[in-house]
Amino acid sequence: MTDEIDLSRLPPPEPYDEARDKAQRKRLLDVWRAPPGWKIISAVNNDYIGKWYLLTSFAFFTFAGILALLIRVQLAVPNNELFSQSLYNQLFTLHGTAMMFLFAVPIFEAVAILVLPEILGARDLPFPRLSAFGFWCFIIGGVFVCGSIFFGVAPDGGWFMYTPLSSNPDYSGLGADIWLLGLSFIEVSSIAAAVELIVGVLKSRPPGMRLNLMPLYCWYVLVVAGMILFAFPPLIAGDLLLEMERAFGWAFFDPDRGGDPLLWQHLFWIFGHPEVYIIFLPSIALIATMLPTFAGRPMVGHSWIVLSAVGVAFLSFGLWVHHMFTTGLPEISLSFFSAASEAVAVPTGIQIFCFIATMLVSKVRPSVPMLFAGGALAIFVFGGLTGVMVALVPFDWQAHDSYFVVAHLHYTLIGGMLFPLFAGIHYWYPFTTQRKMNDRAGTWSFWLMFGGFNLAFLPMHWTGVMGMPRRVWTYDLTDGWAVLNMVSTLGAFVFAAGFAVLAVNVLWPRGKQPPVARNIWNAGTMEWSAEVPDKPWGIRSIPYIHTRYPLWEQEDLMGQVDRGEWFLPDAQEGKRELIVTDILDARPLFVQRVGGPTFLTLGAAFCLGAAFILATFHLWTITLIFGAGFAGFTLWWLWTGTSRIPETPEKYAGRGLTLPTYAQGNRSPGWWAVFITMTGDMTAFMGLVFSYFFYWTALPGFLPSADRLPGFGWLLAGLALLFGSWAMTVAARGTLGRGQRGLAMALLVGALPIGALGIGAWIWAAWTQGLDPTAQSFDAMVWMLILWMGLHLLLNWVMHLYVAARVKFGHCTPEYRADLMNLTLFTHFLALTAVTTFALLAVFPLLMGVGP
Amino acid sequence: MRFSIYLTLPLFLAGCSGRHNWLASAGAEADRVEGLFWVLLIGAAVIWCLVIGAAVYAHRRQVDPSLETQARRFIIWGGAVFPSVLVGTLLVWGLVILRDITADEGDLTVRVDGERWWWRVIYETSEGDVVTANEIRLPVDRTALFRLTADDVIHSFWVPALGGKMDMIPGRETRLTLTPVKTGNWGGLCAEYCGGAHALMRFDAIVMEQADFEAWLAHEAEPAQVAAGDPGYTVFAEEGCGACHTIRGTEAAGPVGPDLTHLAAREKLGAGIYEMTPGNMARWITETHEMKPDIDMPPYPDLSGARLDRLVAFLMSLD
Repeated sequence: MTDEIDLSRLPPPEPYDEARDKAQRKRLLDVWRAPPGWKIISAVNNDYIGKWYLLTSFAFFTFAGILALLIRVQLAVPNNELFSQSLYNQLFTLHGTAMMFLFAVPIFEAVAILVLPEILGARDLPFPRLSAFGFWCFIIGGVFVCGSIFFGVAPDGGWFMYTPLSSNPDYSGLGADIWLLGLSFIEVSSIAAAVELIVGVLKSRPPGMRLNLMPLYCWYVLVVAGMILFAFPPLIAGDLLLEMERAFGWAFFDPDRGGDPLLWQHLFWIFGHPEVYIIFLPSIALIATMLPTFAGRPMVGHSWIVLSAVGVAFLSFGLWVHHMFTTGLPEISLSFFSAASEAVAVPTGIQIFCFIATMLVSKVRPSVPMLFAGGALAIFVFGGLTGVMVALVPFDWQAHDSYFVVAHLHYTLIGGMLFPLFAGIHYWYPFTTQRKMNDRAGTWSFWLMFGGFNLAFLPMHWTGVMGMPRRVWTYDLTDGWAVLNMVSTLGAFVFAAGFAVLAVNVLWPRGKQPPVARNIWNAGTMEWSAEVPDKPWGIRSIPYIHTRYPLWEQEDLMGQVDRGEWFLPDAQEGKRELIVTDILDARPLFVQRVGGPTFLTLGAAFCLGAAFILATFHLWTITLIFGAGFAGFTLWWLWTGTSRIPETPEKYAGRGLTLPTYAQGNRSPGWWAVFITMTGDMTAFMGLVFSYFFYWTALPGFLPSADRLPGFGWLLAGLALLFGSWAMTVAARGTLGRGQRGLAMALLVGALPIGALGIGAWIWAAWTQGLDPTAQSFDAMVWMLILWMGLHLLLNWVMHLYVAARVKFGHCTPEYRADLMNLTLFTHFLALTAVTTFALLAVFPLLMGVGP
Repeated sequence: MRFSIYLTLPLFLAGCSGRHNWLASAGAEADRVEGLFWVLLIGAAVIWCLVIGAAVYAHRRQVDPSLETQARRFIIWGGAVFPSVLVGTLLVWGLVILRDITADEGDLTVRVDGERWWWRVIYETSEGDVVTANEIRLPVDRTALFRLTADDVIHSFWVPALGGKMDMIPGRETRLTLTPVKTGNWGGLCAEYCGGAHALMRFDAIVMEQADFEAWLAHEAEPAQVAAGDPGYTVFAEEGCGACHTIRGTEAAGPVGPDLTHLAAREKLGAGIYEMTPGNMARWITETHEMKPDIDMPPYPDLSGARLDRLVAFLMSLD
């Protein structure tokens, strides 16, 4: 068995045979080749998806950057009438929104999809079709949100969309709906990418790469994807509440109906602050990957960097309130969140000092990537220092919402994210294109951007001290802000010129230039083992890794990989295959077959995008039609592409290793994907639970009197029925395992009406008490929790019918029952949701002394 | 080139005396933050130079592998211990200042209600509330307690020269204390983006000697002196202005817009954005949305000639 295999004592490889090598290469090429011509859009391989993702993110960056230039033009002189108030409000809202949601986060996903599998020495990520789906969702949603400005209906509520400005249709128009639905859609794709990357890091590592051997980049990806998983869902919950108030008048944020505008700020910043580190850490990861290469030695303080990254991640969830220091919170909250905000300086400091220490004990080769990294350090440290200032409450009371904060946030984001990213572009350009970018143009673009940036943003601190608030479209000469603003505008254009040089340098056609040498920077990480010119298979054979910098520390590794001396050197069955390993020690578990090119993911993304876009315009019927189309495409994709029963239970993977070709339960990536997705789903649900308790603490009269509570008996009956439904699903898993296919199908289908009765009892409990979601926040909260449960139940029914059909048609059998195991896992989470909902609706009021 | 630097320098320095400046030393609260600001600024500059200097040094120097132990020590002291001590100290200092600049009571209490996009101002006096709008006058060296509310969306009340800002949130009341120490006309603004004309939501914060302030407040409490049959008031009444605006002492008692009882005594028009002149007043009435887009007050483009003159003259007489 694989568990006992000692990877360090594998039998020697078979002697090299050129004919065999050629034949294997041909078969691999046939399997991994992207579709020709226009059909390329059906490609799902990480090389393609990653590149498209990257280019699309940069297109949105350019768009949002142009918006920034327009903003600067408007502010260049006092009393400027170039743009109207209304257009200006749209410009800055869209600038922030696009930079945050369409560039800063997606670019992390883009880079990770592009390089993570290669750094891991893997062929692809475990769910290539999911990456493709996420990418198409991203581009559709992004174009929709950005396009709105050409029709003058772009969101204009500021990128954090504070209620009641955004919740009351009298104050905000279609733009707010576009923001809410368009971005919720993109958030879905971010979470999809997060699931993909977490499972990728945990399960797709090469054999032998234990956690402590994992490259720093992968640690950061794991940490950041985990943060996305916990940070985005509360915002999705908030979006849901806000859109329910906008579209149907549910009372969540309106103080006249027991709502509270501050709830939105909490939900938004519980997302929004981790978001800052979600943006920042991946770029630090790039520096942590590049620096050892140019220093020619391993990173000093590897484990401290890992611990610091994890520390930043944890802290980042505990300091969202520093965006709310001026909302009149009690001193005790201010002190706590001020302390937490200051504390984040420590793990950040450790990471930076590890970098400097590495430089101290080595001779760093000068290069354009290192130039950008140095610029990043200079800018980011400055932004970090002003961060320490604004984390102090009295200082923040002056700086908050002034241009000081505008300057601070651009220093942290551009220094902490953009410059490292540009360093990464120069560094990995040869990896992606087999060509090198022009160094002189690189140096020019650096100095233009570095100079332009500081010219634009350094004076802005002073503009803030002079009292200029952010988000104003005009000011008067007597305000004394004119010179500073003019300087900032000039700087912004110099910065833009630098970016133009960089863009030309990236896009310059270099097809006729000779390819670069392999591993051009002499790096130690696996992605540089790629052959030149590149092959679509990711890696020729999947090696055993037992060092942190394999290309430095494992002799002739590239040659061994090239000659196909390691695992899975062939594709005899004509299938795309990856090795899945276990989480801690990376012992090989099984050979995973992943899907190839398909139009199904595209169809699914198109239908889902259409549904979201049409919902913006409240065209509910067509929305439902496209929603059904999405379900259809997705089911088709799953039915034909996942949990395929293999033609042989195991296969020979090379070097004496024989691996199973199917896995279920917690050995399979699919199970982990369900687990991780549902963790995110529970986090969104926790956002609702948080809202419930927030109302309870903030509003004394939140809980109504006993006669206005949903009926305890009905709630209890509903819970019992929902549990009955859950128990039947669990029983189905057991009966199928024992070979009773008919009984398993009966249990699966039978669970549906029981569940329906359960949710019916809950609806009845609220309905008979006359709970009106448009009248009171408590009523709205009750209906929201029931709606949440109901929607999940609906999804659960589709899954039950799907699995029952899989059993019927022999795709889910007693031996191969991954589908049913994954369904059971989903149902466990549902049961947890049901218990929590019951506790909130029935038990909590009782404990508080209201209720029967 | 050199010339242009000399040219901008005075402008830059002139900026330093701006009326929205945090560093104007015009308020006790702002003063405390100003002290903090200078220490933080100098400290940040020193630390930045040290960190970047260390990086440059590390980059320039020759390789010496024996430094490995020192490098690790460098990480611990520079990356962990030093920042911990520093931010810990700053935190305590910040919280002490926070305690000092907040108070539960003041020498006078002013309620300010944020509207889209103007300020309803109510002075609480022993004889009852005195209602005004878009201008706040304060006595020097007295602590004013502001009770802040908002009617529609979130706004934020900020007089940078006097002290920090505080949000005005619908459904809540927040509090802020300011103690002006210098007389003068300081700028006030809405700091939280509130949609539409957020940029044009300003007010004057005028700090006066105690006696002047008391005289002003007593006058402000008086009803307007409007003669019976005032021709301008007749236009005001005929156009229905009283449906939204209140002029105490007349039948106009609309609660929607700013109180106009002593309109002409204010220095600015349109919530702190235009000088209070007859010309601006006439434009304000006829071209309202060119002067301040999106606001609720409808323009009266048909008013012209003698009728407009009479109305403007009447409004300018409300001092």
